[in-house]
Amino acid sequence: MQQEEKWDLVVKPQSSLFDINFKEVWRYRDLLVLFVKRDIVAVYKQTILGPIWFVLQPLVQTIVFNFAFSSSFSKEISGCPYFLFTFCGLTCWNYFAECLNNTSNTFINNASIFGKVYFPRLITPLSIVTSSVIKFLIQFVFFLALLVYFVASGRSGFEMSWYVLLVPFLIILMAFLGLSIGIIISSMTTKYRDLRFLIAFGVQLLMFLSPVLMRVSENPRIHFLQMLNPMSSILETFKFVFLGSGAGTISWMGLLYSTVFTIVSFFVAVVIFNKVEKSFMDTV
Amino acid sequence: MSLVIKVEDLGKLYRLGKVGTGTISHDLNRWFAKMRGKEDPTLKLGSTNDRTQKADSDYVWALKNINFEVNQGDVLGIIGRNGAGKSTLLKILSRTTSPSTGSYKTRGRIASLLEVGTGFHPELSGRENVFLNGAILGMTKQEIKRNFDEIVAFSGVERYIDTPVKRYSSGMYVRLAFAVAAHLEPEILIVDEVLAVGDQEFQDKCIGKMKDVAGQGRTVLFVSHNMVAIKNLCTRGLFMRNGQIEFDGTSQQAIDAYFSSMPKTSEKGIIPDDYPREYNTGKVFMRKIQLMNNADAVIDEVFFESKIKIRMTLFVIEEIKDAVIDVTFTSRDGIQITHSTNLFDDKTFFQLSKGEHEFEITMDNHFQPGNYSITTGVHLENGLTLEYLENIFDFSVLRSAGSDKEDFKYDWAHGWIRVPATWKQLS
Repeated sequence: MQQEEKWDLVVKPQSSLFDINFKEVWRYRDLLVLFVKRDIVAVYKQTILGPIWFVLQPLVQTIVFNFAFSSSFSKEISGCPYFLFTFCGLTCWNYFAECLNNTSNTFINNASIFGKVYFPRLITPLSIVTSSVIKFLIQFVFFLALLVYFVASGRSGFEMSWYVLLVPFLIILMAFLGLSIGIIISSMTTKYRDLRFLIAFGVQLLMFLSPVLMRVSENPRIHFLQMLNPMSSILETFKFVFLGSGAGTISWMGLLYSTVFTIVSFFVAVVIFNKVEKSFMDTV
Repeated sequence: MSLVIKVEDLGKLYRLGKVGTGTISHDLNRWFAKMRGKEDPTLKLGSTNDRTQKADSDYVWALKNINFEVNQGDVLGIIGRNGAGKSTLLKILSRTTSPSTGSYKTRGRIASLLEVGTGFHPELSGRENVFLNGAILGMTKQEIKRNFDEIVAFSGVERYIDTPVKRYSSGMYVRLAFAVAAHLEPEILIVDEVLAVGDQEFQDKCIGKMKDVAGQGRTVLFVSHNMVAIKNLCTRGLFMRNGQIEFDGTSQQAIDAYFSSMPKTSEKGIIPDDYPREYNTGKVFMRKIQLMNNADAVIDEVFFESKIKIRMTLFVIEEIKDAVIDVTFTSRDGIQITHSTNLFDDKTFFQLSKGEHEFEITMDNHFQPGNYSITTGVHLENGLTLEYLENIFDFSVLRSAGSDKEDFKYDWAHGWIRVPATWKQLS
């Protein structure tokens, strides 16, 4: 009878809402590292340029968008070339979109592993976010190099300010926002696959509604709608810090809104994920 | 003896038909019930899991009322026909899916081998995959590093360890994958029928590994259709049927229970019309298969070394020009022992017109005393099978030789067949 108390694991059909075993996640940290390594290494195996693609991708994208939108949007921007403005916006947006897209496919893409072996499922979305952060940091360093070049050649102004300290916070915020929304979607796609298709172009569409390639609208009603998107004030702040007030604005209310939005959706995501991870094998 | 697994009232409900893409209204229905604190309405409906019967409900219990306990050091074999719920049970115990009702408790680290090579990435090298796969199975980087040389040596693919695994032959792939699994050090090892894949050498390795684990006083749960492996390896047997535990005892008892649960002919070898035939094309039906003694009485026990005489009756619906009838004798462990057909043994085909035909097979009895089963079938010359009945008929060979000859007097005998032999002392 004394033994009864010392079980290592008790499995029941229902569990409480926030029943996430962080100790277990920590025990599997090596797996997280290996997943990140796999995601980053495997993608560019058998390519000639290898990791250069991490930088080349947004660069090519920037050039294409420059051709398309430079004439219509560059007028609103002052203090920095449109090229730098787009590159900055795209780097941030791609980072967010990748977190969202990849986490939203967590269950479907890993069904074959999840069906055979148990490990804390949370490891997978966490590894996706970690590898996205690494890719983002590579691109970010490249962005800084571009910035230095443009500032040195006098085409862009840059004023060092305390606002730079906001940058790590913004990077974490974007990751968690993408992660949370991605998890919520991933939990639902196991059952209703329709969402997968919606997400694919939904994210694309959202990009054009966010201040990625352009400034936030002057029209107060459109401005309000744009700021409902929690990514908007993050992007604006990011651009304000590096490219100055001609390219972005800083609004504490906006940042507060984005932060609260992220925290709330993160908790919703944790609750849903926790529920789905136990039984998703029966529905996927 | 301490308890390491305790399963209480475990059940698993599945929805039939459109698996997974359940309707939103169903989901809402369940959700409402839950919100009001009521029992999940679907849980009441489920019928027991019998795949041969047409379901009267959309939901089915893949597992129901499962209760058992496992002590440390037990090697538990789980047997049952396909669809009895064995794999569902393992899935729940290895936490890849959760139960619908009930609970279970475990103590110690669990490793489950439902598959080897889970998570192998084709683009990565063997070395990288060893680390990845090991981590997925629950090893830490340190443990893998410590065992790495051993894993590689065990797999026998040293030369290719830095080659992407997509270039591996499937044999190398499986060997490397199993090598990783073999170096897990769990307190409880759960093994599904991984033994079904791979060559004999690989299967022997798997069995050997499980013996090692069991020998170190750790616990093994093992699902298999290989009765010999179950018998040799397991100290305990669990026989499952229709999602429930039918028998829990020693492995030999469980195997016996499993075989005696097979559908049997009703009275003395007469096969009823509604018998669940494994396979039939509708061209010919076997009506009777009986064992006879010299006085033409139907029996199910044969005296030691006395002739075996089988009579069977076929009802032919469509004329057959080149029928081959076969009888296979199997042991209670499911091992095929010997086989006889009119083609191999008499070099003839039977020409069968419509209607009923009777056949008689006589053969010498070289069987050791014990229990046997007969599987029979009707085929065409080109190999097409018209009728197939598995383990249709059980009989025993007695130790007693009847009145006229000498009995088998010894307590034990190896194997199933006696080959006539003479012994001489030469010096």
